[in-house]
Amino acid sequence: MYKVETREVNLYYGDNRALKSVTMGIDENKVVAMIGPSGCGKSTYLRLFNRMNDMIPGVRVEGEVLINGKDIYNGKIRVEEIRKRVGMVFQKPNPFPKTIFENVAYGLRVNGITNKRFIEETVEKSLRNAALWEEVKDDLKKSALAISGGQQQRLCIARALAVEPSVILMDEPSSALDPLSSAKIEELIWELKKKYTIIIVTHNMQQASRVSDKTAFFYLGELIEYNDTKEIFTNPRNERTQNYITGRFG
Amino acid sequence: MNHRELHAAKQRVKNILFRSVAIIGLLFAVSVLVLLLVNVLQDGIGRVNWQFITSYPSRHAEKAGIIPGLVGTLYMVLLTALMAVPVGIGAAIYLEEYGTRNWLARLIEINIANLAGVPSIVYGLLGLGLFVRFLSLDRSLIAGSLTMSLLIMPVIIISTREAIRSVPNGLREASFAVGATKWQTIWHHILPISFPSILTGIILAVSRAIGETAPLITIGALTYVTFLPNKLESPFTILPIQIFNWVSRPQTEFHENAAAGIIVLLVFTLLLNSLAIILRNRFSR
Repeated sequence: MYKVETREVNLYYGDNRALKSVTMGIDENKVVAMIGPSGCGKSTYLRLFNRMNDMIPGVRVEGEVLINGKDIYNGKIRVEEIRKRVGMVFQKPNPFPKTIFENVAYGLRVNGITNKRFIEETVEKSLRNAALWEEVKDDLKKSALAISGGQQQRLCIARALAVEPSVILMDEPSSALDPLSSAKIEELIWELKKKYTIIIVTHNMQQASRVSDKTAFFYLGELIEYNDTKEIFTNPRNERTQNYITGRFG
Repeated sequence: MNHRELHAAKQRVKNILFRSVAIIGLLFAVSVLVLLLVNVLQDGIGRVNWQFITSYPSRHAEKAGIIPGLVGTLYMVLLTALMAVPVGIGAAIYLEEYGTRNWLARLIEINIANLAGVPSIVYGLLGLGLFVRFLSLDRSLIAGSLTMSLLIMPVIIISTREAIRSVPNGLREASFAVGATKWQTIWHHILPISFPSILTGIILAVSRAIGETAPLITIGALTYVTFLPNKLESPFTILPIQIFNWVSRPQTEFHENAAAGIIVLLVFTLLLNSLAIILRNRFSR
């Protein structure tokens, strides 16, 4: 069984069909990169898995989106429950205007956890897993807006880790960062895949080839090609994939 | 002079012209205000004393005071804010965060914008018909406050919506992404972040309530009150009505009283606004 899977998924923004019967399966503890030109539907696809598209008015989803074999759109599972199990990191670092500690603790607090010891331990563990602990351990009471952009993004990763998800969605997580911070995020992805299944949207081909086990190429709402990353980048089967990765369009 | 120099010279003249117009506009606005203040201060400052503030109205101008109007205004403003603020903020939260964008929502939106522009006398007539007559609240403090809260509610709704809309969407997404519910997101992030702007809207709305006279005259607030309102059903008066009453008398002594009343009203408004600004600055750190 796949960890995450879609079967014949169509997504409409009003009359506009943004995803065209996408069928795809992702194994546990793998990193899958989504590539494709802007507007190809890769971010929309990513946001299926934590139902973030629900926030946009006029969105309609057809088909099945399965996590651990369970359809998350069938209405029986609370959307908050899904989002606890499927964490997300956004393109622009978006820490809350609170302290570093409270940023990480927030996910625990909204889920009704009040045990102070447990919260403190989880915050430390999450910051360690996000490779940020050593840099901020003396400044936990400092505002999250006072640290650098790269640190903010790792803080956002720690925030996602704190609620113990099993899947992490990353929507161009390093595109707003400098190369050094970007490299740190990539290293982190390598570490995280031991424990998590990671789906990452990226515009950066090198990044896709460096961090992912498998790569999916999207074009105009369709999944054109999905294969081992090595295969996609050295021996693409589809002409459009080849054109895209060699930079002939997109 | 070649073409480019001519162009530059033209732009300079335009710049100076526009600047002058802007300065003249500012000077005009400020001088009118100063003139008004000086005029009122000259007429009334001699009458502002403890006796004036703590006395009831009287046939004798020198014994008359404003205590019923002052207390009436204070109570009315408090009651109005107490009713209009929670309902207004609630409505704004619903429209921005919960409501779906359909034709009904748009219709409601247009109507709220219109209501904010309706002349206050119309609210007075509504209050007279609905609260005073139909609900038999009579010409009471509560009837006046209800009318006033209807008057300022659209302003609060509109400014609160603006404030909520300016919260970056990334924060909503961040909160939802860790499993927060809509209400948790609103309570923990949207309201705290937009609070200073919401407060600014409330200040403006409440300041308007302090100055409005027409709707309360319409519902029959009294002009000669020799007692303080002590319950919601009490008849009452407010400062602007007291001032209006004095101005319309022939004796100049009463005109001095009116000027003094205006000074007190201005100070009252100023105090309330300062309080709100202090609060706002404290929260927007």
